[in-house]
Amino acid sequence: MSDIRLMKGNEALAEAVIRSGCQAYFGYPITPQSEVLEYLADEGRQRGMIVLQAESEVASINMVYGAAGAGARVMTSSSSPGISLMMEGISYIACAELPCLLVNVSRGGPGLGTIQPSQGDYFQAVKGGGHGDYRLIVLAPSTVQEMADFVFDAFDLADKYRNPAMILTDGALGQMMEKVAFKEYDPAAHKIPKPWATTGKPPTRPPNVITTLNMQSEQMEEVNKRLQAKYADIQEHEVRYELLDADDAEYLVVAYGLMARIAHRAAELVRTKGHKVGLLRPITLWPYPGEILRSLAPRLQGILVVEMNAGQMVEDVRLSVEGRTPVSFYGRMGGIIPSPDEIAEALERMITTTVAHPVEAN
Amino acid sequence: MAQEILQEIATPDLEGMECVYERTGNLLGTRFHYCPGCGHSVVHRVLMEVIEELGITEQTVGIAPVGCSVFAYNYMGIDMQEAAHGRASAVATAVKRVLPDKYVFSYQGDGDLAAIGTAETIHTCNRGENILMLFINNAIYGMTGGQMAPTTLLGMKTSTTPTGRTVEVAGFPLKITDIVATLPGTAYVTRHSVHTPNAVRQLKKAITKGFQYQKEKRGTCFIEVVSNCPSGWKMTPIQANQWLVENMFPLYPPGDLRTPA
Repeated sequence: MSDIRLMKGNEALAEAVIRSGCQAYFGYPITPQSEVLEYLADEGRQRGMIVLQAESEVASINMVYGAAGAGARVMTSSSSPGISLMMEGISYIACAELPCLLVNVSRGGPGLGTIQPSQGDYFQAVKGGGHGDYRLIVLAPSTVQEMADFVFDAFDLADKYRNPAMILTDGALGQMMEKVAFKEYDPAAHKIPKPWATTGKPPTRPPNVITTLNMQSEQMEEVNKRLQAKYADIQEHEVRYELLDADDAEYLVVAYGLMARIAHRAAELVRTKGHKVGLLRPITLWPYPGEILRSLAPRLQGILVVEMNAGQMVEDVRLSVEGRTPVSFYGRMGGIIPSPDEIAEALERMITTTVAHPVEAN
Repeated sequence: MAQEILQEIATPDLEGMECVYERTGNLLGTRFHYCPGCGHSVVHRVLMEVIEELGITEQTVGIAPVGCSVFAYNYMGIDMQEAAHGRASAVATAVKRVLPDKYVFSYQGDGDLAAIGTAETIHTCNRGENILMLFINNAIYGMTGGQMAPTTLLGMKTSTTPTGRTVEVAGFPLKITDIVATLPGTAYVTRHSVHTPNAVRQLKKAITKGFQYQKEKRGTCFIEVVSNCPSGWKMTPIQANQWLVENMFPLYPPGDLRTPA
């Protein structure tokens, strides 16, 4: 029997955190994600979690490093400016290969920006953000249900690959209420041994050391090669996406998160006018579902990428299709969510343009 | 000839000799990278001796900083984590929270603990985390080449105060140990040094107390070690220790600042 409840996205995520067997949470209040900290400070503590409100996001992420290094299932959450503050620590965590969950309930920037929803942190999440060559596994939920589901997936992926995983969502999904059904999940069954953790050195093994420092360039390059091999493995095995109405599609909308739901509605509106429009929703923003885009591109008349930013994921779409089909972009910034109607208009504009100027098939 | 002497040092003939002191097994035996005369290696040794004598080697997790002692884990034969610059006490906080039955210490220099990590230092102490914080104060940034530290004395020349630290430009030396001693979360706040054998013995007693109080969950134990930097201070080791007594102790006097009730 699944347990169905009506919850805010942030609360559904926090409830899933408790059910995932997460042992410790370290965080700092920031709108629009404070419900995660509040829910865990109440429900989480009552159900045995260590929940610490830190003095800053900088302290929070370094606490995550410490707890993950000590072998705990651990997480933090924040919103855009707070995630920026964590970037140094995230780079360390990625290099030290410490599994953990990071949640960004993002808001409009740059700067202090706005508390309204945004997808302006795509580059930060998937291209690095912190220093050095590293990758986060990035999952983008589009419903309150997925806000909960992806917690379990993110923790399991983090443990499997010894890599930080991020849930990149936005203030609207964090704040809106929908029904959510919590899946059966037995944390004990998902627990994997962490023989590398610093839990106190028995006489039977050498000391465990969590570090990211290598003064010898050759050694540091070896660390990088190991990381890159792992990233290639993740790229090969963990790509997730949803493809809707794509079988006969001549045009494709690409959008993720909340934006994908609105863009799907827009695609349906345009279909009623006789245009065959499908939708690709990347679920993993890294590893990016570039292969499916590459394979679809030759039979498409055009792709429209819709984002709540100035055009970030559109770069990955263009890299994926490599000019095989025209790629247009529609976005709003500053915390504004585009409506289905305005996306439909953008779609129709693109269709009109590509019909007037068809690309040569290649 | 030199080779023969080195060989004799490496494999001394101990027949008929009584062993009255030997290196703690908690030191891995790696040759220290510290400059001649530096206090770090002595503090490392004393810390590892205490952990061995208390029989808590298997229950202890240490946190290394960024600074000269960044490689502390290369010498200490226990589980360790290397923290980002300034964040050792945040890392230690989390390790202790998830492993409450283990002994946890952080080991930081003045730049790490009292400049970039000031917020973490204050709040770790204010929460009363049951950890031991070791603070090595040599009033200079050694690893990066001798720049001004928050604890640099007025008038003291460093590479970023080439004519001496002035209040007008750089403010006052920060007495972070005095600040944390005012925080109710701290149980034991004390200041020591390693410039004489007696001072080393006193430090050893203090570290022992620090772990005992941690076991009793009394709150944060904070031990400052007023140390030297012969390379950064541009002195011989002996000159540096004399200078320490004459110039560091007036501002950073050894002694207990807070003891458990």
